[in-house]
Amino acid sequence: MDFMVFQYPMISVQACLDGILLGILFALIAYGMALQWGVMNIINIAQGDLVILGGYIAYFMYLYGIHPAWGVIVSPIIMFFVGIAIYKLVINKVVDRDLFISILATFGISILFMQLMNFAFGADVVLANSDYGTTMLFNSNVVLPNSKIFSAFISILFAICLVIYMKKSKLGRAIRATAQNARAAKILGVDTEKVYAATFGINAALCGVAGALISITFTIHPYMGLPYTIRSFMIVIVAGLGNLPGVAMSGMGLGVFEEFADYILGTEFRIGSVFLLLVLILVYRRFKLSRKREYLK
Amino acid sequence: MSISKNNLILYFGILTFGIAAPFIFPAFKVQLSILCVLIVLATTWNIQGGEMGYNSFGNILFYGLGMYLCASVQVGMFFPLAEWTESGGEKTFVHTPAQFFQGMAVGLLVAAVVPTIVAGLIGYSILGLRGHYFAICTLGLGVAAGEISGGIEIIGAGQGFTTPPFPDVGSLDSRGEFFYFLSFFVLVLTFIAVRGIYSTRFKLILNAIRDNEDKAEAMGIETMKYKIVGWMISAFFCGLAGGIMGGLVGYIDSTDVAFDGREMGVFMVLMAILGGKGTLWGPIIGATVFHIFKEGFWTFFLGWQYVALGVLIVVIVIYFPEGIMGWLREKYPERFGEVVDEKDRKAQVELK
Repeated sequence: MDFMVFQYPMISVQACLDGILLGILFALIAYGMALQWGVMNIINIAQGDLVILGGYIAYFMYLYGIHPAWGVIVSPIIMFFVGIAIYKLVINKVVDRDLFISILATFGISILFMQLMNFAFGADVVLANSDYGTTMLFNSNVVLPNSKIFSAFISILFAICLVIYMKKSKLGRAIRATAQNARAAKILGVDTEKVYAATFGINAALCGVAGALISITFTIHPYMGLPYTIRSFMIVIVAGLGNLPGVAMSGMGLGVFEEFADYILGTEFRIGSVFLLLVLILVYRRFKLSRKREYLK
Repeated sequence: MSISKNNLILYFGILTFGIAAPFIFPAFKVQLSILCVLIVLATTWNIQGGEMGYNSFGNILFYGLGMYLCASVQVGMFFPLAEWTESGGEKTFVHTPAQFFQGMAVGLLVAAVVPTIVAGLIGYSILGLRGHYFAICTLGLGVAAGEISGGIEIIGAGQGFTTPPFPDVGSLDSRGEFFYFLSFFVLVLTFIAVRGIYSTRFKLILNAIRDNEDKAEAMGIETMKYKIVGWMISAFFCGLAGGIMGGLVGYIDSTDVAFDGREMGVFMVLMAILGGKGTLWGPIIGATVFHIFKEGFWTFFLGWQYVALGVLIVVIVIYFPEGIMGWLREKYPERFGEVVDEKDRKAQVELK
């Protein structure tokens, strides 16, 4: 354990800012998860692997000499079609079944993606270098890479675009109607099958954006998917479905928590602390609800 | 429990085959031992996954815990544990045969008891969650245990833990035979225990919890108590299986061998589902089929095995969720003691 973070206040500021910028990215992924969870009632374990796949698309552009920031536009387009393909092949067969079936099926997809990425891109930790430089704050005591600021900005931009799209467009209204009551929407002429496919595609596209940003700001590795799934799951259960400000806030909270865990416990316990936090949050909510004789369901 | 004459012959046949197996297939001793361990894992997963309806990804926690505990006790009883793990692969300390077997016996005992206690302690908190929250929470538990044990120095941290090598006794093959008979013994023990449980009221209570927990509670059953006991039984045998597997593999890594939620943690669920959840023989058949398929694939498609595994999971879950036993039950309901009205059956077919 290392309490340097409390002795030097500037490190705390650094951790907070890092955490908030990171948390905005988590919130973007979690928003995709909340979307598909709310609309299709599916928990997608492969969420994190979609993120990593999106990251590798940006990384590949970087390898071929294109600036990886363009991945923010290319990656969601490719990932949208990947998402639709996954929906058509697997998800549409598990949509109205037991939730555990969908968890297990997406677990299978997750393992499949992990291994295919391992074959295609190798097991090295890679990052796409954006050459954005850094910003110094507070007498150069706090160093923020510009790529992190860029990624947070792009995430917010995409989230706002999506919210407006969901509010205004015809498809967005159909998606919201299906989330409220799939059967009633079907009766009123909404093609729910199409809505489901579009939802999953949009979710994958969001993962693509987040992945491209992660490949610029952090590192990507074929096996790093599961923590992103768990993080987004955690954010969604804390914030609740369809609560975008809540998702943003709890995303940032998680980011700050992780940065502090990193400083205090050490980097080797970072992922472990995320998973433990999930268990603790679930147990806390279980005890809170059990006072009212209710349970998480 | 009553055993009919036919069943007695069947059990006797299987027991004979089990004892003779390492001599019939001397080259597959390790594979047969792994098969026994897999059957134990699938059968015990089925207690709370199939019968109780609590789909856990977290039984890997008890398996990994058992593995680390057994090896640590086996080393720690005679030598300083920290120095052992520090030296890594180099053997500075050597167990004599007596020390090895003594350590193994005590280690297995600890490996079975401690996970049971852990399951009892965390059971009250975790089993209050239901459905997919329980599944994800237990998944988180398993992965967290792997990540955290990968940071603890005394059990080898990231570089792994070499379990004591098998001592020089008798012939060259004694290691394989020892582990085979050990795992087969645990398998028989598990089978007797599970069969015993399934013929009591306890199983009916577990089924009631699966079918409708609120109603079961309303009927006056203290569901939480039975859920915890069900989970503790799973944990007991998972810990034992883990302890054996640690000795069998000879090397413990936190995320790749012990708390391998992505592999073993999913395998046990998959095997139970492949064979048929909520049946006595389902997980056994499922584990056997799965292991044969897996080993065949591992040998012929080296490198593509995990891709195949992912596809296999998706295919089984989507197209075969009832499993082999469920399929047989649909096809030959008379064999399962179900009375089928022919007219009724035809009417159902016409409805479709």
